[in-house]
Amino acid sequence: MTAIVGIGLFIGLAVLPFWGPDGVLRLLIEFFVLLAMAQMWNLLAGYAGLVSIGQQAFVGIGAYGLFYFTDLAGLPPIAAIGATAAVAVLIALLTSLFAFRLRDGYFAVGTWVIAEIFRIVVSQVETLGLGTGVTIQTLVQMPPEERLNLVYWLALGVGFGAVVVVILVMRSRLGLALGAIRDSEVAASGLGVNVLRTKRMVYVIASVGCAVAAAVYYMNLLRIQPTAAFSVDWTVQMIFVVVIGGLGRIEGPIIGAIVVLGLQEALADFGSAYLIILGLVMIVVVLFARRGLWGLVTARWPISLFGIQRRLVPAEDRS
Amino acid sequence: MEWANAVIQGVLLGGLYALLATGLSLIFGVMRLVNLAHGDLGMLAAYVSVVIVSVAGIGPLESLVVVVPVMMVLGYVLQRSLLNFTLTGGVLPPLLVTFGLSVIIQNAQLTIFSADSQGLDAGPIEIASLPITDQITVGWLPLLTLVVAVAILIGLQLLISRTRLGRALRATSDDGEAARIVGIDSRHIYGIAMAIALGTVAIGGVFLGIRTTFGPGDGPARLIFAFEAVIIGGLGSLWGTLVGGVILGVAQTVGGQISPAYQVLAGHLVFLAVLLFRPTGLFSRRGARQL
Repeated sequence: MTAIVGIGLFIGLAVLPFWGPDGVLRLLIEFFVLLAMAQMWNLLAGYAGLVSIGQQAFVGIGAYGLFYFTDLAGLPPIAAIGATAAVAVLIALLTSLFAFRLRDGYFAVGTWVIAEIFRIVVSQVETLGLGTGVTIQTLVQMPPEERLNLVYWLALGVGFGAVVVVILVMRSRLGLALGAIRDSEVAASGLGVNVLRTKRMVYVIASVGCAVAAAVYYMNLLRIQPTAAFSVDWTVQMIFVVVIGGLGRIEGPIIGAIVVLGLQEALADFGSAYLIILGLVMIVVVLFARRGLWGLVTARWPISLFGIQRRLVPAEDRS
Repeated sequence: MEWANAVIQGVLLGGLYALLATGLSLIFGVMRLVNLAHGDLGMLAAYVSVVIVSVAGIGPLESLVVVVPVMMVLGYVLQRSLLNFTLTGGVLPPLLVTFGLSVIIQNAQLTIFSADSQGLDAGPIEIASLPITDQITVGWLPLLTLVVAVAILIGLQLLISRTRLGRALRATSDDGEAARIVGIDSRHIYGIAMAIALGTVAIGGVFLGIRTTFGPGDGPARLIFAFEAVIIGGLGSLWGTLVGGVILGVAQTVGGQISPAYQVLAGHLVFLAVLLFRPTGLFSRRGARQL
């Protein structure tokens, strides 16, 4: 049922560029990119218990990867995104060597330090425009209408793709291992689950997903600066979306992205008050509705849109 | 000789980092809470000092008489009214709530004090220095910072090992449940621990504000330095925090000697090296649990 609605929605959204106004397309690009990043952060924190505050490292890598592979290596945009994803895999494996030596809160700040290191190093590289950054010339030269449509379709693909990836992961052996780890790390490892490898795989998937979403975002923005691309604000947004929507549920980031983008549009004139309000909302949610807005919904109505919750079925009921 | 100077200045800078890190280390030791708003609370103390300096017409060092108690009360209230409720239900709630606090504090500071840099003027002591050799001079202010950091650590050490309160802190840290059974109110103890933590970071924040100009969004960078000092020194060790702060300070000043661009990077790289080769830090009280 959900699959049919999802496919219908996807097709409906896919034809939008043929008649929709540009403003709507731009807003939806923001929405899908935010959704994809939040789904990836949710996979990391909500399902694997890895609270990273350093995912902006992969936003920056996505942005600069896109620049490098289009402008400097001369690849077409979509191939450049693929190449960026491959680089992100390597970098995620490398950073996990350091970050995975820390746990919990220390993992959180450790990933942040790593993202800072990327920011500082990139600001020193002359071919990447030092501290002032770069503009992606290849994409500037594309006809604006053509580029907007391309970015929109890619964003749509990234947004839906992220949801599908999380569903596939949770239905796979990896998801089963994650569930076991969440229930008890000791018991899971006793039963032969390789805890470290499972978490590392999730970390790589989430980081690459984030880099790809960022590459799509910067295809639209075109201008890359190290302080902005490696800003912790990216992760702040992901955390707001996931926590307000509902941590550890696929529906959470969808609801959260709608709420956060909605608030952002509504409070655009109030400057920093917007972030104060979001911070307060998040604290209230953590204290009084730990499963987020979607958790409030499911507490009243037992809905599961994506069928990845595992239920205990008594033996005689199995058919 | 300039290298020797860089090392000496780094040791002194380490005193400031230790002041910023002590509270973070203490809070983790007592209640396993990683306070992501720690750096922002340090900056908040600097802003409180700015207000007191302009209202009362006293110097920033004198303002500590007010700033420290204010921050201690804030710490106690914050812990009792908010953070204690996050301590049940895993590692996520405290992280998320303190991260939310961090965002709120930064943006509140931005709204109230604008994005312009502020400074705290402590008068002649800021530039006064003690000549050691022709090329090496030690500033009184950095020296005072280091002395204050060491004094606070000695004071905390005595408090924890010699007093009734210290015994309650240790008991709650070892086993909160058992401490409750023997009649220790752990919620109150946690409140006191946070009060002490914010008292120390308040001193660090004010010294930092005298040393350099600061802006509303500077907290995260301070948190990162404090965190690095704690990890390098070893989780749960107060003296390790001082050693960690000094190592970080020296790494930064020596890196800055090579090129100003490498100052912060050199500190980060030392931190990564410690993670890779000695992940429990240099003076870990209990081994950092591995994945």
